[in-house]
Amino acid sequence: MVDGDPAIPSAPRSRTVAPRRGRLSPIWILPLVAAAAGIWVAVTRILSEGPTITIVFHSAEGLEAGKTKIHYNGVEIGTLSSIRLSDDHQSAIASAQMAPRTEDFLLEDTQFWIVSPRISGANVSGLSTLISGSYIGMQIGASKKSRRAFVALETPPVVSGDAQGRFFLLKTATLGSLDTGTPIFFRRLEVGEVAAYALDPGGSSLTVKVFVNAPYDQYVNPNTRFWHASGIDVSLTASGLSVQTQSALSVLVGGIAFETAATAPVLPAAEANATFTLFENRADAFKPAAHDPQTYRVVFSDAVRGLSPGAPVEFRGIPIGEVVEINADVDVRTFQFEVPVTIVLDATRLGVKIRDLAPGQDLADVRRQLIDGLIAHGVRAQLRSGNLVTGSLYVAFDFFPDAPAAQVDWSTSPPRLPTLPGEIQQLEARVASIIKKIDELPLQAIGQDLRKTIAELDRTLASARGTLDSADALIQPDSVLGAELGTTLDEVNRAARGLRVLLDYLERHPEALLRGKPGEGK
Amino acid sequence: MSAVAPAAGPSAPTALRLGLQSCEHCGLLSRPAPGAREGSCPRCGHEVSFRKRDSLQRCWACLIAAAVCYLPANLLPVLTTTTAAGAEPDTILQGVVLLWSPTGWPLSLIVLVASILIPSGKILALGYILISVQRRSIAAGAPRTRLYRIVKFIGRWSMVDVFVDTFTAALVQLQPLMSVEPGPGLVFFAAVVVMTMLAVECFDPRLIWDSTSASEVRDG
Repeated sequence: MVDGDPAIPSAPRSRTVAPRRGRLSPIWILPLVAAAAGIWVAVTRILSEGPTITIVFHSAEGLEAGKTKIHYNGVEIGTLSSIRLSDDHQSAIASAQMAPRTEDFLLEDTQFWIVSPRISGANVSGLSTLISGSYIGMQIGASKKSRRAFVALETPPVVSGDAQGRFFLLKTATLGSLDTGTPIFFRRLEVGEVAAYALDPGGSSLTVKVFVNAPYDQYVNPNTRFWHASGIDVSLTASGLSVQTQSALSVLVGGIAFETAATAPVLPAAEANATFTLFENRADAFKPAAHDPQTYRVVFSDAVRGLSPGAPVEFRGIPIGEVVEINADVDVRTFQFEVPVTIVLDATRLGVKIRDLAPGQDLADVRRQLIDGLIAHGVRAQLRSGNLVTGSLYVAFDFFPDAPAAQVDWSTSPPRLPTLPGEIQQLEARVASIIKKIDELPLQAIGQDLRKTIAELDRTLASARGTLDSADALIQPDSVLGAELGTTLDEVNRAARGLRVLLDYLERHPEALLRGKPGEGK
Repeated sequence: MSAVAPAAGPSAPTALRLGLQSCEHCGLLSRPAPGAREGSCPRCGHEVSFRKRDSLQRCWACLIAAAVCYLPANLLPVLTTTTAAGAEPDTILQGVVLLWSPTGWPLSLIVLVASILIPSGKILALGYILISVQRRSIAAGAPRTRLYRIVKFIGRWSMVDVFVDTFTAALVQLQPLMSVEPGPGLVFFAAVVVMTMLAVECFDPRLIWDSTSASEVRDG
């Protein structure tokens, strides 16, 4: 240092201060605080990282990496971090970053699905996603095993996992208007919904999985009948028009109803996942169960238009079975056309009580005896019109004492019962013969004759009128005939009076007839 | 001053060279007590020293703090936009990407420059100046001083980002349709700005020239 430069006037001396101890400035606290804050943030970030999972979607439509959230019960518990295609390009694999402490949710049977707006029948769900975009729904499983890779459901489960109630399986031939979410009614109360449906292996029937909420599930017992309450069930059958509805909702979207017959014995509630038959309608559901259904064949030569499978078979008005199958059979040599109709009969409805059978007695023998006896007494099958409006036919069994003798052909399978031509056919035959006769009448000749006759009649009538006119003239009051007639009548009058006088005299003097008047004879 | 024509000539006098300390407040030149490097101004009482006390150390501390805060400032969301579609936290860089569009790129560029390039630039510039001073570099004294001035000038505007962010958060409160909330990144961003400003304040630009003078003295 250069001290005391001549150019610089003497400067005052600064006051001394106590020398500072320590060389480290307290300002170093600042970076330490900053580092601490940074580390704290980083640590909380790392701690708040939950597990990473992968979900395989069939289609990632509506999903967006970094935006789509995973919700459970309305709580956001994860975010999709990336979406990529699977190696076989068939599906989309999404990775999701879950919230911390969600490990317990990620179990073997935890389910994921895409929630997007759904308007299906009775259910309008996920409307909020119209604005917010799709999110991923989640249902926590019950398994103990943990899992990190999942396959998403195609459709969201209808019943949330924690709902109280029971699942039941319904077997049906057709789905009708059912869909997932279709309501289940019990005494017109909505008590559940259709959870899923699947075609059975083989494709001949469907299994519908329904969920009945607690506490209504206790009313489902092994005797309970389920039936399609789809919309308005208008059935036009041989017994007429019947309209069945369950509720306004089911009219719109269909539904399933169940009920236990009041007469059925009270049984304990059915097990979960018990299987039931889903009947077409309420009447079907409560049709008395056939105890001894047997197949028979009745062969008609009538036209069977109006006869359909399911048509009733009645014995004097008592339903004893139904038509199962209608075939056609042509004999190629004679060209005789026949319609074999397969029917199912329940002989027990005719009074054979299975429980009344004596020990050792075979039901088949009793049945055969009964049917043989009935046929021997003139019972025959006949097609009858059940409803004149619809023209539907049914198979009727009745007594025809005059029918030609016939027997049951037990050799065929199924046994063949004798038939008679139906009333319709008889009627038709009669009408046809009448028409034929009418046809054969020489209507033209008759017409010509009639015309000639009429012309002649015309002339006859004209001459008759002339005759009548002259007759009219004769009987005028001022005619000659009239005057003469008057005079004649006067004469007759007088003659009659003279005669009466004579008769009076004779009465008083009968001897006068022999002796003459006394005055005259003397 | 009268002796030498060029202002910054090798033998130009400086207060340091003359063994004088300049009071930053009243401008009085004083001579330190023998042996002591600092004291207090005999006129106004403000502490005087040859150079700002612990300038390099303080500047380094603030700069390191700023650098530490710079990371979370960029990694954490600065703004959380909550709409019906859900909460959307955005970091600064995400905001830049979000704004980047054929028509919106100037805006995106402004955010990029103001929120990313300038803070990092400030940190780098100060770091460069500090290192060069510590290594007693004599090169480019004037450009370094100019750099320091620029950094100091920009510093006072750096808080604009934070203000815009907080104003947005305060104004866009359309509950329940939409709301904007500041994220944790914003605090760190503000810390970066404050720390760099403090670092600039702590630095004594005269240090840049001290080695020049020293080397001149040595050479001379």
